[in-house]
Amino acid sequence: MIDFSLWDIFRNLLLAARWTVGLSLVAFAGGGLVALALLLARLAKLRGAERGVSLYVQLFQGTPLLMQLFLAYFGLALFGINVPAWLAAGLALTFYTSAFLAEIWRGCVNSIAKGQWEAADSLALSFSETMRHVIGPQALRIAVAPTVGFLVQVIKGTALASVIGFIELTKAGTMITNATFRPFTVYACVALMYFALCWPISAWSRQLERKLRRG
Amino acid sequence: MADSIVNIVALRKRFGTNEVLKGIDLDVKRGEVIAIIGKSGSGKSTLLRCVNGLEVFQEGSLEVDGQPLKHGDPRAMRALRQHVGMIFQSFNLFPHLSVGRNVMLAPTLVKKHNGPEAEQQARKLLERVGLADKFDAWPDQLSGGQQQRVAIARALAMQPSVMLCDEITSALDPELVGEVLRVVEGLAEEGMTLMMVTHEMNFARKVSDRVVFMHAGRIHEVGPPEQLFGAPQTAELKQFLSALH
Repeated sequence: MIDFSLWDIFRNLLLAARWTVGLSLVAFAGGGLVALALLLARLAKLRGAERGVSLYVQLFQGTPLLMQLFLAYFGLALFGINVPAWLAAGLALTFYTSAFLAEIWRGCVNSIAKGQWEAADSLALSFSETMRHVIGPQALRIAVAPTVGFLVQVIKGTALASVIGFIELTKAGTMITNATFRPFTVYACVALMYFALCWPISAWSRQLERKLRRG
Repeated sequence: MADSIVNIVALRKRFGTNEVLKGIDLDVKRGEVIAIIGKSGSGKSTLLRCVNGLEVFQEGSLEVDGQPLKHGDPRAMRALRQHVGMIFQSFNLFPHLSVGRNVMLAPTLVKKHNGPEAEQQARKLLERVGLADKFDAWPDQLSGGQQQRVAIARALAMQPSVMLCDEITSALDPELVGEVLRVVEGLAEEGMTLMMVTHEMNFARKVSDRVVFMHAGRIHEVGPPEQLFGAPQTAELKQFLSALH
């Protein structure tokens, strides 16, 4: 039998953690862009946007992320589209993230006094100018804390991608456990790595919030 | 009607089933100062907000400087709103921008003024409202009266032909009302067309050319201030004026 040193375990987990980071980045960048588009469609009062976006948000908020992953992975296969695990995971997490961010950001925009919109309107600013120079900067400041809080949720949520066979941190942990028979050591390392990813982000968010207090 | 600047004809406005403006006709001449008075709920603020399209009306027409107001046409609204300035009860300064940037924002974006040009104009306007030294201050560092004067400078920066004042002293401490009214009076003297909803009857009497008394969504009485305050014709106006004392 081969002996695994703690460093062997740690090193292999670190390699797998790259995929956790990658998947989180994809979810966040993709989800953020989609959420922004949904938010703007709603604010610009495009025809049908209000109902459409609301339905979209409820659909993804009302079903478990696990089911969304299964549906993306096995569902698309039913239509003869063979999706690799990383693509299915990336898609499902993008949809999931976008639904939550669209709702979080809408709340931030709604919390800005109506008088700000009216002042911008009466100064003849266009919708995009109002968003960019009046509403956006104020909403951004409010949005930092809940957005980063949700980002941390997404990083931890990527663990679910392990069930469709995507080898990220959690899946790697399971595989290494099966080889080493040292579950406590392995999963402690896994947990430590999640913490090492999430904690600096939370700390950074607190700092950013302080910095944004005054434009 | 050659020098008519705001022309309102048979305007009706409903919130759901509740009709708040029931056929308004009003013609405002260039340089005229109009005070709109009446009980709360009489529709006076709503009427004012119709003039720059903050409220959508269902029937009738409204023209500013010969341009008809067209809801749902962003380009027409943008053109019209450049002719109409508005000052609000709650100031509505942009809290994330300095005082100077508040004044400069719309001219740089909408009128495409360049930086130095807009800054020079902003400094001049702030001087005019007595706040030359507040260019770099933040809105929340100012008193209510100062904030409202910044709001006036911000509206003036767009060089409007009409200025709408929506109860602009109602949120101020009594000792700060005077400084704001003096600025508005200065505007009136310089020939700015003003439409103001106000509870300051003495001010309305002193500054306005015509007073409009609104009651239950209609213009109940119109006339020069001496006539409306001195010899009110209708029971509603008499009651309204006597309730003030």
